[in-house]
Amino acid sequence: VGYDIHFHDKKIALLEAGPRKEYDGVPDSFSNRVSSISPGSATLLSSFGAWDHVCSLRHKPFRRMQVWDACSEAMIVFEKDDLDDMGYIVENDVIMAALTKQLDAVADRVEVFYRSRAVGYTWPLPSHNCDTSPWVQIELADGRRLQTKLLIGADGHNSVVRKEAEIKNIEHRYDQSAVVATLHLSEATDNNVAWQRFLPTGPIALLPLSDTASSLVWSTSHEHASELLAMDEESFVDSINSAFWSNVNHSDFIDTAGAMFRSAISLLKPSGTAVRQLPPSVAKVDPESRAMFPLGMGHATEYVQHRVALIGDAAHRVHPLAGQGVNLGFGDIACLAHHLSTAAFNGSDLGSLKHLLKFETERQRHNVSLIAATDVLKRLYSTRLAPLVLLRTWGLQATNALPPVKVRISLY
Amino acid sequence: LFRLTVKRLFSTLHSSVDSAEMKKFQLLAHKWWDEEGEYSALHSMNDIRVPFIRDTLLNMSSNYHLGSPLAGIKILDVGCGGGLLSEPLGRLGASVTGIDPLEDNIRTADRHKSFDPVLAKRIQYKSSSLEEIVEESMETFDVIVASEVVEHVADLEMFIKCCSQVLKPEGSLFITTINKTQLSYVLGIVVAEKIMGIVPDGTHEWEKFVPPEELERLLESNGFSVKAVNGMLYNPLSGSWSWTESTSVNYALHAVKSGAHGQSSPAEALPEMEREQPLATAGTAM
Repeated sequence: VGYDIHFHDKKIALLEAGPRKEYDGVPDSFSNRVSSISPGSATLLSSFGAWDHVCSLRHKPFRRMQVWDACSEAMIVFEKDDLDDMGYIVENDVIMAALTKQLDAVADRVEVFYRSRAVGYTWPLPSHNCDTSPWVQIELADGRRLQTKLLIGADGHNSVVRKEAEIKNIEHRYDQSAVVATLHLSEATDNNVAWQRFLPTGPIALLPLSDTASSLVWSTSHEHASELLAMDEESFVDSINSAFWSNVNHSDFIDTAGAMFRSAISLLKPSGTAVRQLPPSVAKVDPESRAMFPLGMGHATEYVQHRVALIGDAAHRVHPLAGQGVNLGFGDIACLAHHLSTAAFNGSDLGSLKHLLKFETERQRHNVSLIAATDVLKRLYSTRLAPLVLLRTWGLQATNALPPVKVRISLY
Repeated sequence: LFRLTVKRLFSTLHSSVDSAEMKKFQLLAHKWWDEEGEYSALHSMNDIRVPFIRDTLLNMSSNYHLGSPLAGIKILDVGCGGGLLSEPLGRLGASVTGIDPLEDNIRTADRHKSFDPVLAKRIQYKSSSLEEIVEESMETFDVIVASEVVEHVADLEMFIKCCSQVLKPEGSLFITTINKTQLSYVLGIVVAEKIMGIVPDGTHEWEKFVPPEELERLLESNGFSVKAVNGMLYNPLSGSWSWTESTSVNYALHAVKSGAHGQSSPAEALPEMEREQPLATAGTAM
């Protein structure tokens, strides 16, 4: 928004709880918090020059994504026909550094308050006749006061803005935690595939960082997650390799049923089955890079109110199995920025519900289906029960054979 | 002193302000800024009338800044009410003077703009009729906006003459108003006021609605050249306005005051010359 021409004479303040993050060059080791950035999000970042910084710092494009089941042979492969990048794995710190650099460039319009915290909000009363200010008043921890026509809450799934605005949130804690780590591969490879296997305890994913390193995101039960963190490095590495390679969860019944279905497909659609590849094996884990955090799902009943808008995790929280959390947030940003830009060019009051509601409708329509689908997938893949395994096996195989469906999924 | 009182008397006799109309708006003077209230249709009209004014003016000028498209332009908002249209125009960079004969409206407008430091400086409100400011504002404004006003004035021709006097040569006049047709009676009065309550009951009198042909005639014969007339349509279900082919109910109009010495644009040059001939002969005859 700071880069939008229609905001040329507006003033924007950014309250950031953390310290300023900048890089002169990337550190040698990888950070263990990474995100899968979709091409759409990359376009957004490049629209104001941040993507160039990301590229000059560090990022890893991937061309292919293989997703398969631990309980059967079923798998699905996503890749773009024209060998374009499907997405990019970028460390969160790199994105932050790129954004900081671009923020510095518009410092005359955007003022960033680092290490700041809002302790009180005063909302404008809906009646327009009173003599108190119709704007939102914010009191900071250091005593400073700010007032604004529009407050955007981008403060994560425990959003204080959302709570203070009394917006109800539908939330559900999964009985899972995600374990993240930076891994070193046994041998250097053209590491441009993202791997994800659905274990009964939860999906394990390997995301490429470089030709020799990958990032781990393993969603599993809280107990197992704690065990993984506590065990020594060698056992940890063994668990990862076994999770990807072992077939202990297969049953003959499912395997036969799956094989039958696959032959049927190959009769109808010869190109519809592909060879299952095996992910690279892991040799080492970066010391100190293991961490875990609990997972949950959330969705705010409203994204906007008079003079307030919620974006990103403050509005919705999703399971990492689809790698979409941050991309939903970037989508929110692109949409809100577009509506605010039009409103500014029309001379409208930026906090007016008229255009905020348009943003809400557009994004809720998009987000709700994806969040619901992710939740369903999570539950569907959390079981060993034969009927459900069969259902998802056939479902996955069928989807793999149908290019139109796959294209729709990857475009989302 | 004597002359002043006579002048005042004269101006109320030949005023474009209708006191019965003023009474109607007095009751609603506090409701202007409730976006969902009685004036919600006017709030949403901003979504088409502001871009219309903005884009017409941008097309006419060659140096502008997209971040402040109306910067440097002096606009007079006649019948500004609570300032619903003055504020967006001010936000786009214009210097706006808003006038309204009703003091309560001006009070509401002043209070609302006072909370915004930028708008407080860009907009000036005055409780006054158009005639009253003519003397001190001859050829002062680049643009006059009279939105949803001409269907409330007592003497339309005088209103237009005054507009011409305070407008700079080649300045723009924007009018939005309601046509006088059977359809506008049904939709504009019966449905809008009596049935659906889109407009407060009694706001409009069909007798005072102005057909675009008559408005054009009055404008052209008072030194204006009409550049555009577009129909507007209100959708009560979505609460939004859109442009439409038909001017049977609501419409917007853009006219330009002819420049100095009767030369407004090359297209009009021929008829102007023909008119100038008789003047010349009149001069020599004297």
